[in-house]
Amino acid sequence: MTKHLKDYNMADIKLPENKIQELKDVCASFNHDSGDLIHVLHAAQNIFGYLPAEVQELVANELNVSVAHVYGVVTFYSFFSMIPKGKHPISVCMGTACYVRGAEKVLDEFKRLLSVKVGETTPDGSFSVSCLRCVGACGLAPVVTVGEKVYGRVSPEDVKGIIAEYK
Amino acid sequence: MVKYKKQIRIALRNCGFINPENVDEYIVREGYAALGNALTNMTPEEVIDVIKNSGLRGRGGGGFPTGLKWELTRKVDADQKYVVCNADEGDPGAFMDRSILEGDPHTVLEAMAINGYCTGASKGLIYIRAEYPLAIKRLKIAIDQAREYGLLGEDIFGTNFSFDVELRYGAGAFVCGEETALIHSMEGLRGEPTVKPPFPSESGYKGMPTNVNNVETYANIPVILLKGADWFSSIGTEKSKGTKVFALAGKVNNVGLIEVPMGTTLREVIFDIGGGIKDGKKFKAVQTGGPSGGCLTENHLDISIDYDNLIASGSMMGSGGMIVMDEDDCMVSMAKFYLDFTVEESCGKCSPCRIGNKRLYEMLDTITQGKGTLEDLSKLRNLANVVKDTSLCGLGQTSPNPVLSTMDNFLDEYMAHVKDGKCPSGQCKALMSYIINADACVGCTLCARVCPVDAISGEKKMAHLIDDDACIKCGACMDKCKFGAIFIQ
Repeated sequence: MTKHLKDYNMADIKLPENKIQELKDVCASFNHDSGDLIHVLHAAQNIFGYLPAEVQELVANELNVSVAHVYGVVTFYSFFSMIPKGKHPISVCMGTACYVRGAEKVLDEFKRLLSVKVGETTPDGSFSVSCLRCVGACGLAPVVTVGEKVYGRVSPEDVKGIIAEYK
Repeated sequence: MVKYKKQIRIALRNCGFINPENVDEYIVREGYAALGNALTNMTPEEVIDVIKNSGLRGRGGGGFPTGLKWELTRKVDADQKYVVCNADEGDPGAFMDRSILEGDPHTVLEAMAINGYCTGASKGLIYIRAEYPLAIKRLKIAIDQAREYGLLGEDIFGTNFSFDVELRYGAGAFVCGEETALIHSMEGLRGEPTVKPPFPSESGYKGMPTNVNNVETYANIPVILLKGADWFSSIGTEKSKGTKVFALAGKVNNVGLIEVPMGTTLREVIFDIGGGIKDGKKFKAVQTGGPSGGCLTENHLDISIDYDNLIASGSMMGSGGMIVMDEDDCMVSMAKFYLDFTVEESCGKCSPCRIGNKRLYEMLDTITQGKGTLEDLSKLRNLANVVKDTSLCGLGQTSPNPVLSTMDNFLDEYMAHVKDGKCPSGQCKALMSYIINADACVGCTLCARVCPVDAISGEKKMAHLIDDDACIKCGACMDKCKFGAIFIQ
């Protein structure tokens, strides 16, 4: 039998109570409709920063679908992450226009300076590095985003300065 | 200027000219006039006839006649039908839909309402990428304003026609641009495509008849209704009418969105509008159609751009991405780049696409490592054709195009990798060495100091040497050398 969240002792739950309530309210605002699963997951990722197993279980419970179903959707879409991202998530656009204008060298420089691989977070939790598939700013290629901020026409020499802005 | 002379703006007519967050500015430029006229003076059949006669074809890449699609959805009997706008612009290098949504959101809402009137749908859904936060914000504002003005909602323009629009968010899956996958994603499921038929016009969102069109297609609709089918069909070629927006990017001087009549040649686009190749380099190829398209060469520059000509040349229109490459770009690496994308984005449902593309990628990787054989080349072509012929949806059916088109047009580059172990463009890291010209080196030690892996040795004021085994080919030494003493072989 599936172990539902309500069967857990409170000690089992690592999630903060106020955030759990926030997510439950989100589910209620969508009338617990499983057709809105992707919207709910977007909201959940906003609340928690990522989608750990506990969050997926909570969502499954609230929308009355299996955890496997939620997990299937979470792992299908690249926007959802089961690993916490860094405080400053760095994304290097690897769309064709950026690739042709040297995005790979920029990415290599971020990896080298932060000593992480793509998809990883620095040990102090401040930076994570990932690749993006085209942010639609091809005129500014190559493009890097840090959080919400967009950097255009980035060269490998600029990388050090960009990282320094967030240190 | 030639740059502007050759362009005609239909889909982009308002972008940059109006404040997209103010409905009044859209209305001043004849906004919602087409909807008003359709609702009060025309029957749905008459509207569909205009669209059919205009010759408008789907701008998302497929090129299916839009009027026919509307008619098919109209003919199916159902209590509830849906109008969907495909704003899941996933092709890397294409951003026309984002620009339309950010610059002129009301045109999409108006066209969707017209579509609702024609097909008998009262509900519209816009499936938009979560990567486009500004477009989402502007659409939300536009929807609120349209509701406030009674342009969406109950009894629009005092008729008994009701229509409303909601947003649905994508979550980063390229395959969701395929309409059946898109519909599953809107239902909160994994975005996996299903076999057609049934087409969405019979059984789409929640099993109901659904008309799916792309953003740019919708942006053409209000103008066609205002100016007439004859006007629209007078622009373009025999089988492709109107204009097409292209996202010109890569190694050209002028990058950005352009809108040109169908039938314009690639040469006009790249050299007249794009201003030629950056840094005076030599043109090598232009990639159209994103990961589904192909690379065209110098020989194709004078073909006129339309759906059929591009397919005949081994590429396709796609959503309109156009990436220009110069002599420094390696075509084998380019094919590998696209396959890397497809492998990542394949949904995994059908085996030709899931396994076949992975194998294609591995073969290309072997070739770029200089370990490929002539036999690999024939296997590569064979497998590419199998994946193309047997995949379930458009993604797999077109994903081998970058491989096939580069093999057709740049076989010499493949041969150089395989037979001579050389990359003519000097892009494949495994096939190149950085070498110090001992005569030009003054022994300033700068290169040794910037080398991240300490692969460079040498005494001060003596010629230095690069250890090829330790070298990671980052190029830092060459960039830093003030005496031009380092070269690639």
